[in-house]
Amino acid sequence: MKGANKDKLFQWVAGIVLTIGGILFVLPFIWMILSSFKMESEVILIPPTLWPKDFTLDNYTNLFQNMNFAVYLKNTMIIVLFSFFGMFLNAMAGFGFAKYDFKGKESTFLMVLATMMIPSQVTMIPVYLILNKMNLTDTMLGIVLPSLVGAFGIFLFRQFMTTIPDEILEATRLDGASEFRIFMQIIIPCSKPILAVQAILAFIGGWNSFLWPLIMANNERLYTLSVGLSLLKSQYGGNFALQMAGATFMVMPVIIIFIIFQKNIIENYTTSSSK
Amino acid sequence: MKGFTSRKAPYFFIAPAIILLLVFSLLPIFVALFISFTNMDLAGLADYSNLSFIGFKNYINVLSDPVFLKAIFNTLFYVIIGVPLVIVTSLGVALLINLGTSKIFKVFRVVYYLPSVTNVVAVAVVWTYLYNPAFGLFNYILESMNLSAIPWLTDPTVAKLSLILMALWRAVGLNMIIFIAALQGIPKSYYEAAQLDGANTWQQVTKITIPMLKFAIFFVSITTMIGWLQFFEEPFIMTKGGPLDGTMSAALFIYKNGFQLSNFGYAAAGSFILFIAVIAVTLVQYRVQAKESDY
Repeated sequence: MKGANKDKLFQWVAGIVLTIGGILFVLPFIWMILSSFKMESEVILIPPTLWPKDFTLDNYTNLFQNMNFAVYLKNTMIIVLFSFFGMFLNAMAGFGFAKYDFKGKESTFLMVLATMMIPSQVTMIPVYLILNKMNLTDTMLGIVLPSLVGAFGIFLFRQFMTTIPDEILEATRLDGASEFRIFMQIIIPCSKPILAVQAILAFIGGWNSFLWPLIMANNERLYTLSVGLSLLKSQYGGNFALQMAGATFMVMPVIIIFIIFQKNIIENYTTSSSK
Repeated sequence: MKGFTSRKAPYFFIAPAIILLLVFSLLPIFVALFISFTNMDLAGLADYSNLSFIGFKNYINVLSDPVFLKAIFNTLFYVIIGVPLVIVTSLGVALLINLGTSKIFKVFRVVYYLPSVTNVVAVAVVWTYLYNPAFGLFNYILESMNLSAIPWLTDPTVAKLSLILMALWRAVGLNMIIFIAALQGIPKSYYEAAQLDGANTWQQVTKITIPMLKFAIFFVSITTMIGWLQFFEEPFIMTKGGPLDGTMSAALFIYKNGFQLSNFGYAAAGSFILFIAVIAVTLVQYRVQAKESDY
């Protein structure tokens, strides 16, 4: 009886501590959203208001009418599409490593894993020089190529695809299907759980892409939302409501997608780290 | 004929990814090493005949550059303060969430994970506003509690801590999930046996949970440390490395010299020093881990 009471007390203490911490954790988001609907004159009021006095959408229309956010949004969407394509290449490579035996397999896979150790700051300058040599600076292709595929994605696909039974592949092979058709018609449908998670991560990665557009794009024509927002901050440093609208516009889609799919994402990490 | 195609098939599947990794991950290391011994700049980029070998001069210069030394000091500061903070906070949150039996604790997982999926640029913009000395929320809260205002981003040392605080907020989520996964892997029977022996909760945590989490702690400390060594976006957006280079990180130093000053060779030398640091840190951690798991 005494133990049960003590356990209950622990539950309450844990719950209260987590609630206070949780409020602190979401506070920046709440402040960001509320400020984005305030007038520029209201965000610099002291004492600050919590709820917008004059609810306004001006900041958002401003982003699209007077800033180039429509262009940034278009570029960001193109990058997102490319990252889905990159995910497809990762899946193909994962399949190659999972279901075939070939010469140099172990060492190639080791090399793939080794690339995870290489910091992007080391490759940043040489990759720029390589792309410059290929005449790809200031092009969309130059922005997406360096981060199109990734070792971690290949690794996760391989982990998942090794669990697909060989018998299914053999049966389809006997029916005379080509290897690529096996991949498209058997492996891809079987890999739906991992594909779903990877697609979400590819979306978030593409949506948030910052470093390569920053390095590669010479003018606003190729800027992404992230690069555009950092430009907005340096050009309109005092317009906090406008900045908060830009930040909200960037953050909210990811938060919504994350909350819808959080179970898949969190469980993906839980299972992949316990393997 | 069919045997032929299926022998070639694996290469067809891995080729696109492998070629991209070779060109954009492995080849760059050799290019970086090569140009770190040259005076590569805009003139060299335009015409390779302007390029000349200057031996170790870049390395000697960069190691005596006060800004680089400051960047190294700051990066060590980030690692030494940041890594333990991230581990303690995410482990603490994970333990509390794992303790809970009620459904509400699942909500906490999402709440604490949220900052780590959001865009670092957007978040940096928001925190710059929160940290603003005149209109920021943080100083307003402090002043309304009759505490003195904090020079969040205007004092070199405080600015480092402010960046760490924000990065900590973003780092807790993912690491907490790793710890929760590890916690759920500990067999319940261990705790039951300890309870039979009369161990209290604190003893169970220190004698069973923490030792069983050794690998997770090792993994989180390595990835967090590498993350701090590459600390870039936060100082780039929030402080531009200032005040007085007080938040300049090694990664930001490399970016500034490479892309704003176009001293590619010089920046490549700096990046190689960073790379060697990353490898050294990983190896040392690995050795420590190997030694500890001996007994």
